[in-house]
Amino acid sequence: MRNLWLFISKYNAFFLLVIFFTISLILLVNNNSYQRASVWNSSNQLAGAAYERVNEFSSYLVLGKTNDSLAAENARLRNLLKSSFYSDSISQKTVQDSLLKQQYTYTVARVINNSVHQKNNYLTINRGSRHGIKKGMGVIASSGVVGIILNVSANFSTVRSLLHTETKISASVEGNIGSLVWGEGNYDSRFALLKDIQSHLTIKKGARVITSEFSLFPPGTNVGYVTESDTRDGNSALNIQVKLDTDFAKLQYVYVIINLLSEEQLNLEAQNKVE
Amino acid sequence: MGRALIINSIRFIVLIAAQVFLFKNLGYYNLSIPYLYILFILLLPFGIPNTLLFMLAFFAGITVDVFYDTLGLNAIACTVMAFVRIVFISVTVQRDGFDNEPEPSLGIMGFRWFVFYAIILTFFHHLILFSFETFKFSELGFTLLRVILSTFFTVFLILITEFAFFRKKVR
Repeated sequence: MRNLWLFISKYNAFFLLVIFFTISLILLVNNNSYQRASVWNSSNQLAGAAYERVNEFSSYLVLGKTNDSLAAENARLRNLLKSSFYSDSISQKTVQDSLLKQQYTYTVARVINNSVHQKNNYLTINRGSRHGIKKGMGVIASSGVVGIILNVSANFSTVRSLLHTETKISASVEGNIGSLVWGEGNYDSRFALLKDIQSHLTIKKGARVITSEFSLFPPGTNVGYVTESDTRDGNSALNIQVKLDTDFAKLQYVYVIINLLSEEQLNLEAQNKVE
Repeated sequence: MGRALIINSIRFIVLIAAQVFLFKNLGYYNLSIPYLYILFILLLPFGIPNTLLFMLAFFAGITVDVFYDTLGLNAIACTVMAFVRIVFISVTVQRDGFDNEPEPSLGIMGFRWFVFYAIILTFFHHLILFSFETFKFSELGFTLLRVILSTFFTVFLILITEFAFFRKKVR
């Protein structure tokens, strides 16, 4: 003990340096937004890079399944090709298509971090603001809806998954619009709840659930199908259980939807508030 | 003892006031920025205990930070500078000469020693200050350029100030 005190008092300048340096550094990081942001940012970059490295290896394990889903998607897209339709008309002429204007474009991204077992689940994808991704954009997989972009850095984005208590997606079943939620009583990553459908309607099991016109996803994007529909506790709304098309546990590649007309729509809607 | 306290208090107030009201507005673009207030730490007496030296340096840094809105930045630089001062003085000055050399000023210690002392301490202060201000390694070259140019500016001002209050003492 005495030797320790002797040691400390002999090199007291160094220990004082350490003490005051630490105090100043804490003050600096806590009180200056730039330094705080860069500390957080670098740690996020580190975590993102680590996740990507781990994912590089783990993606090999599901290579077969990924191939299958890509092949299935290729087949589906091939079906949509013009060359796979038989043309009935004898004469053809080229028409400049001014009627249709592209509204949605899709950016492919790889899922590098994913969770399904939490109360609130998030994904990380390897595309960011450099690739034109902004907060609030929709994310789908080849099978259906996945989530909504939450935060964006230069090269990565986090996605608030559908499996999140705060995610609400406007969905419709047989023309009736309700809101799709998850985590109210059920924490199974395969099922979600469709709420706000009036109880006098009868919804058959197996009915398709798709996104509605009001959602930020393209209308008609697959969500899942109805497995159970009943009234509970005398509510005026049906409780509809939906089996999700997307298998969240095996997500590998997703598409970020860029809505080219969303800015115009938001600007127009913002004008309503002014009046 | 009492005299040293009064002189250093006045020096502290004058230098900090000059720093935050005058030198804050001075500088060659973003490249060369003077920090004259560190002269206060340079001129503290030789016999000062290490603890007090660190506390005063920290306090001077925090005071400037309050005016610069960069809480902790100057404090961290001054803390490192106090450590460099202790090391530098223990290497270059004999311990037994302390009684008749109360403080390391230009008139007492001579031109060559003082210039060397000022350059080393100012360099370390500015190095810590600018690198923590930039807070990333990617702009290392530019930061070093700023450090060197600012060191020249600050040392120049320190020498002018010292010559203005020049008192030759016989050793």
